[in-house]
Amino acid sequence: MTELSKLSIFKQLLEKGPIILLFVSTLNEFDFNYLGLKYFSFNFPFILIYYWSLKRPGSLGYGLIFLSGLFNDAVVGLPIGVSSLSYLFICGFSSYLRNITLRPSRINDWFFFGFTILVVNSLMFAISNIFFNVQIVYEDVLVNILFTFLFYILFSILFELYKNFVYGASSV
Amino acid sequence: MQPSSRDDFIIAIRSAFLKKENKQKFSLSALIILTLSILILGRYDFKVINYAKLSLKEIAYRSTFIFSTPENVIKNGFIATKNHFFVYEENKILKQKVKDLEIKKYNAQYIQTENERLKETLNELKFSSDEILAKVIVDKQSPFLKSIIVNKGSKHGVILGMGVLDQEYLVGKVVEVNFTTSRVLLLSDLNSKIPVDILPNNIQSILSGTGSDIGKIQYIKEEALIESESIVYTSGAGGIFKPGVPIGRTIKNTLNSEINVEFYSEFSQLRFVKLRSYKAEEN
Repeated sequence: MTELSKLSIFKQLLEKGPIILLFVSTLNEFDFNYLGLKYFSFNFPFILIYYWSLKRPGSLGYGLIFLSGLFNDAVVGLPIGVSSLSYLFICGFSSYLRNITLRPSRINDWFFFGFTILVVNSLMFAISNIFFNVQIVYEDVLVNILFTFLFYILFSILFELYKNFVYGASSV
Repeated sequence: MQPSSRDDFIIAIRSAFLKKENKQKFSLSALIILTLSILILGRYDFKVINYAKLSLKEIAYRSTFIFSTPENVIKNGFIATKNHFFVYEENKILKQKVKDLEIKKYNAQYIQTENERLKETLNELKFSSDEILAKVIVDKQSPFLKSIIVNKGSKHGVILGMGVLDQEYLVGKVVEVNFTTSRVLLLSDLNSKIPVDILPNNIQSILSGTGSDIGKIQYIKEEALIESESIVYTSGAGGIFKPGVPIGRTIKNTLNSEINVEFYSEFSQLRFVKLRSYKAEEN
């Protein structure tokens, strides 16, 4: 009986994996700055939110995504609400893609992700710059978008493996 | 009649944004409206939103400090290993620097005494300062904003605009004060602009952050007069910082004739900083 309940707790924890990872990544802000790689940065929460909203919408609650965006703004120093808005728009875009897709393909998802992050980043930095007068290095933003786009394919494979392990291969 | 592709598009958009999905407690549109309200009310300094922001920041900064512990262990290990390989070379350079500094120290002592005597003669302003030692709890320098969070806030007497020093070098200023924490905008941030004095030619200018590890000298006519390796100090113009606080040294960019500033302090290695406010006192 105890063994069974232990297993159930472990399974529940695994099922909450994406949301735990989202909060850890927004609070911890994986940046790798100490590696001294000048032009390297990517937005892990964007990849995480897009993938899980697209493939298994129930695993990330919109309310929690909104909250993680607020935390991210507080940590990074952006005006409170900007990241939440961008995360929610990513959910909207992925939900739209899910509605119009009959036969899912990783490449289609990937290119739509590229389009999504271009729109969302433009919106995010336009709001920061126009309404809150935050100056931005546009080359850094572009590099960030590029690496986020490139890393999507790698993380989507890893998340796919995780999803199959936790929910089973046929889960939606 | 068959639905057009425009209808399909509208149905998909409506379904994505307006309908509450399965297993979701809130609809996307409701949360987007809530976020926009926070942004708009925050922009106009609405009191309730400001209090909510302060509480959120207190929780976020403390949580980040805890969540960053494993990464900090890895980071410190990485830096320690990297430093280990350069110990021998560094030792040789440091020995030479100590020799040079000893010579400079004696000169400086004489100049300082002379300077104080002359200032008294001229009846100039003197500065008194309040200092608070603070620990850096979050140094997540995002690619876009360069700032740190320290563990002292309004409870400890921190006020907006205080100068922040690493040993005796200026590294930034306080731009946000919460109850037990504060945010420091580093000099390397694109939004940082401070008045400086460049010696030996005594040129007044503005030092701007670039978003990278160096600063940039702006709004200056006499670029030719600034030599490489000139020392950049705070000028004290604007009354925020005391004049004469060292910041870094100039490097001339030969490609575009820009004058960059290499900061004395390594911003990614800040552990403890001093928050200092200055008051001018009449003699």
